[in-house]
Amino acid sequence: MIPKRLRNFPIHLTLVVAVIVFVFPVYFAFIGSTWDASLIGRGQMPLTPGPDLIANYTNALTSAQGGRIIGNPVQALLWNSLQMAVAIAVGKIIISILSAYAVAFFRFPLRMFFFAMIFLTLMLPIEVRIAPTYKVMSDLGLINTFAGLTIPLMASATGTLLFRQFFLTIPDEYVEAAKIDGAGPMRFFWSIVLPLSRTNIAALFVILFIYGWNQYLWPLLITTSRDMETIVIGIVKMMGTGEAQTDWNLIMASTVLALLPPVLVVVLMQQWFVRGLVQTEK
Amino acid sequence: MQRRVVFNNRILPYFLLLPQLVITIVFFFWPASQAIYQSVLKQDPFGLRTTFVYLENFSTVLSDPLYIESIQVTIVFSISVTVFVMTLALLFAVMADRQIRGAQTYKTLLLWPYALAPAVAAVLWMFIFHPAIGVFGKTLNNAGLKWDYQLNGAQALLLVVVASSWKQIAHNFLFFLAGLQSIPTAVVEAAMIDGAGGWKLFRAILLPLISPTTFYLITINLVFAFFDTFGVIHALTHGGPGRSTTTLMYKVYMDGYVNLNLGQSAAQSVILMLIVSVLVWMQFRFVEGKVHYT
Repeated sequence: MIPKRLRNFPIHLTLVVAVIVFVFPVYFAFIGSTWDASLIGRGQMPLTPGPDLIANYTNALTSAQGGRIIGNPVQALLWNSLQMAVAIAVGKIIISILSAYAVAFFRFPLRMFFFAMIFLTLMLPIEVRIAPTYKVMSDLGLINTFAGLTIPLMASATGTLLFRQFFLTIPDEYVEAAKIDGAGPMRFFWSIVLPLSRTNIAALFVILFIYGWNQYLWPLLITTSRDMETIVIGIVKMMGTGEAQTDWNLIMASTVLALLPPVLVVVLMQQWFVRGLVQTEK
Repeated sequence: MQRRVVFNNRILPYFLLLPQLVITIVFFFWPASQAIYQSVLKQDPFGLRTTFVYLENFSTVLSDPLYIESIQVTIVFSISVTVFVMTLALLFAVMADRQIRGAQTYKTLLLWPYALAPAVAAVLWMFIFHPAIGVFGKTLNNAGLKWDYQLNGAQALLLVVVASSWKQIAHNFLFFLAGLQSIPTAVVEAAMIDGAGGWKLFRAILLPLISPTTFYLITINLVFAFFDTFGVIHALTHGGPGRSTTTLMYKVYMDGYVNLNLGQSAAQSVILMLIVSVLVWMQFRFVEGKVHYT
């Protein structure tokens, strides 16, 4: 029989190749962020890190001004993205946990009608209804506002479905016990339901944070003022049409800075991330 | 489904539902109905008068050769992405599912691209395949292959497919892995005792048992390719060169924002809504366990 180590060799080889294919675009971005722009512009970028790492990252973070690019300081862009991602995640969790609580723990007229209404939002990603939604936003005077940027992205059924599913597994005895002890529905929510939902909230937060951080089309339309620009939009604007003679070192430093936060969230909170992804979609 | 024991308040549940309902109505039902309303109206060039035109916008859109072209682009693009993503993700998942040393490390190293924005993926791939300065783009040109995605439509489409797929594989990998790991080991062991191994085990046991995941992922990937790849296309090719990477989604954006043709953009939105509804319906049908062998 072939020794196990040898038998597993093709498997390891496939996986290592996969990992390399996944990593190399980011590796080259990192290399690009450590050389000077003219060298890259001549098409002579080496395959190993260069001397300008600190200079490039400092420039990107504090001013993002190069020979050809007049960008927004990346630290401001990162701050905008962080605010947007956290607002979307927290807002969505709050409104969906409340609505799921109503649907799961009460019986009232039109309950299923409202639930179906929320459910229907699954049918239409925001991209499909951008033009009319944009019209509504400008009618409401929400263009270029933080509320306009974040609130429409909170309208979604996934959170409500996830929490409702979980609430249905909370034993009836808990509710009965709470009633006997004289706890009202809001007391029950704070003292029992919310603590029990901790892992679900964490899982959902990780997923929604990434969802919010990576928004592209909506911020592109809603924010026209420079000081509301998010990091993803900012990079694409810096890049323009992608000419050879541009400040690629700055663009790549910004790109590395843009992808670090969500990647760190996924890697460091992997358990919650996996749980959240599988639960919100299934 | 409903709990047996519930609270008896009459007003409170409505207050709890209120925030979500307000957002849903204002930012979802209102615009969606506006889209349907706009799609049957026509504005004169000065925006002074609108007339009701029945389904004229739809027939204009559907008989527009540019629209037909973007349907073709979308079909080629989304099928390529779906096939590409699912094949590789399944291969990686089957490998990572084996009991090998470092399985958890491999999993982590294959998961993280999920966190990347599609537009960021586009920036990364542009830097590699830039015809003049990209590490690979330059190599291709030096080898005499005339690589320039800014001029060659087929190459542009290929690059957009690769950048989009690269970002999406991690997601599919995770779901395939979860699907494979939920297969009872007894089933796999029984098959192995009966002499099934390698390819046969995969074809006869694993593939049928994960088919619910497979069908689910097909719809998810189609939705991803239709809509979420807007960032990739907008950053990488702007729908060009020519219209070779203008998908339906990109065309809605162009007609609605850049060309300000509201009626036709709304008609296109309504068509997209119908497509998504069909996809979501398919998704629920399959997830509800219609395709199950266990």
